[in-house]
Amino acid sequence: MLASQNLRKQEARASRRRSIDRWFGRIGFLVTLGTLGVLAILLLNLAANGLTRIDWQFLLSFPSRRAAEAGILSAWVGTILLMMVTASVAVPLGVAAGIYLEEYAPKNKWTDFVEINISNLAGVPSILYGLMALGLFVYQFRFGQSILAGGLALACLVLPIVIVATREALRTIPASIREGAFALGATRWQAVWHHLLPYSTGGIATGVILAMSRAIGESAPLITIGALTFIAFLPPAPILAHAPFISFDWLFSPFTALPIQMFNWVSRPGEEFQSNAAAAGLFLMLITLSMNGAAILLRRHAQRNIKW
Amino acid sequence: MSFPYESSRRLDKAIERVMVGILRVGGWASVLVTFGIVITLVTESWPFFKAVPFGRLFTDRMWTPLFLEPQYGIGALLAGTLVTTGVALCVAIPLGTLLAIYLSEFAEPRFREVVKPMLELLSAVPTVVYGYFALLTLTPILQKIYPDLPQFSMLSAGLIMGIMIIPYVTSLGEDSMRSVPMLLREGAFALGDGKLGVALRVVFPGAFSGLASAYVLAISRAVGETMIVAIAAGLQPRFTLNPLESAATVTAFIVQVSLGDLPHGSIGYQSIFAAGAVLFLMTLGFNLAGHILRRRFHRAC
Repeated sequence: MLASQNLRKQEARASRRRSIDRWFGRIGFLVTLGTLGVLAILLLNLAANGLTRIDWQFLLSFPSRRAAEAGILSAWVGTILLMMVTASVAVPLGVAAGIYLEEYAPKNKWTDFVEINISNLAGVPSILYGLMALGLFVYQFRFGQSILAGGLALACLVLPIVIVATREALRTIPASIREGAFALGATRWQAVWHHLLPYSTGGIATGVILAMSRAIGESAPLITIGALTFIAFLPPAPILAHAPFISFDWLFSPFTALPIQMFNWVSRPGEEFQSNAAAAGLFLMLITLSMNGAAILLRRHAQRNIKW
Repeated sequence: MSFPYESSRRLDKAIERVMVGILRVGGWASVLVTFGIVITLVTESWPFFKAVPFGRLFTDRMWTPLFLEPQYGIGALLAGTLVTTGVALCVAIPLGTLLAIYLSEFAEPRFREVVKPMLELLSAVPTVVYGYFALLTLTPILQKIYPDLPQFSMLSAGLIMGIMIIPYVTSLGEDSMRSVPMLLREGAFALGDGKLGVALRVVFPGAFSGLASAYVLAISRAVGETMIVAIAAGLQPRFTLNPLESAATVTAFIVQVSLGDLPHGSIGYQSIFAAGAVLFLMTLGFNLAGHILRRRFHRAC
């Protein structure tokens, strides 16, 4: 009698637990959808306000006092030039640092310090990179408020991302690959160059894409170094019609960039400028989301093809 | 039989030495960047901290270093940072934790594999876009509920910032919850506990230091976030803890001054480096705490 009562109580408790679990599962699912919904609302909102502004005139015009004539020509050109500087500094340095730390560095206090330093660096607010660039690149090195200073600031900002991605890609390669190369008499660098780097290209490329997408969306560090928001000219062309055919004057040109142009329009009163901001925002979103999407696919692809 | 790596050992050794040197330079670059940040912040803000009586940083109630009769109460900026961060955490910690528990313990693996990268897109959205969204979409909605809300409010900026940092909590939190050994779960199931019970009583405590490091890193993100607060929370420093008001954060102050003309060595120039130094110390503290917590968690596993 007592035993069966006890059993019934147990069963009631178990079924209550099951229904709690079911409810939590439903709530979790709804919250997941809701959170992803924010992303969709964000995109739809930008599209609703900005899509009508996007045409060739918008792409090929300089900013203007009149909202309807304004465009993002100097902004997207500036963004592309910035990314050229950022990528050509951050990628080689970051990959080299990743290889050094993963394959060469001895385990000691110094390496520990570098490790903690990178993990802290990844969390330093982006605006502090802007302050560093202002004090160091703009005034100390006399680069001025130029594409070079801005690109270097962004390169420092994304350096930790490239380093961490490189290290993680190298870490997934089993030790037997290295040992095999050493057994055939390869030096460490030969093992890296002939085996480890080719096998980790996918992972490194994923990290590089993510790093660039982060850099494209950053505005705070560019504002602190004094990137002008009203630029109605293009930097000098990198390729000339006459000797020496290549010019680096553009590195020292003042600039604007897509996020800065958008910030400038957001902070202006008037609905027309706001729809300009929405249009610029739509561009930014499409660029960063497609880069992130590409990175996700690339990572999947790289993982799927690995058969050690 | 020939060995592929037999030819000219001397050349190989020379290349090896050169490459080690080059790679080591890369390894140093990250340290150089940190030194660059620290040294710039210290040297450029030094004149400011020397000119300003130290006590006034804490006794003044306003932050107006650029006025004729300047006040140096950095508390006014810190209050803005505290409130916006607080609002953001009220969104990100409950939602992020719930999502982490759901994805790690409840969701189908296939669903999780699709959803997790999509959630991470939330932190990839350019922050200036979030600022636009907070100012021009969320604030008007909030004003319908609470008509007295000003155009710039810490509430609106904080809520959006919370959404931005959800992935930091969810992603790291989910990773650490999934690395709790299956055996512990099975033990609790065998004792008759349900899924949610196991998640809350076994997995959550087991993964707590991992989750705590996720929270701490999310705090660090929120403290350093710039564009959302600069656009939507206002640029006027104000000593208030009321999220319904507008107030500048430490980061927003730096943006506001940078937007104006900023001659090298002026008081405005020095003051943004002073604000930056304070910001660096705060985030350094959180980042180190997060790093230590995460390391402790990995050791425990």
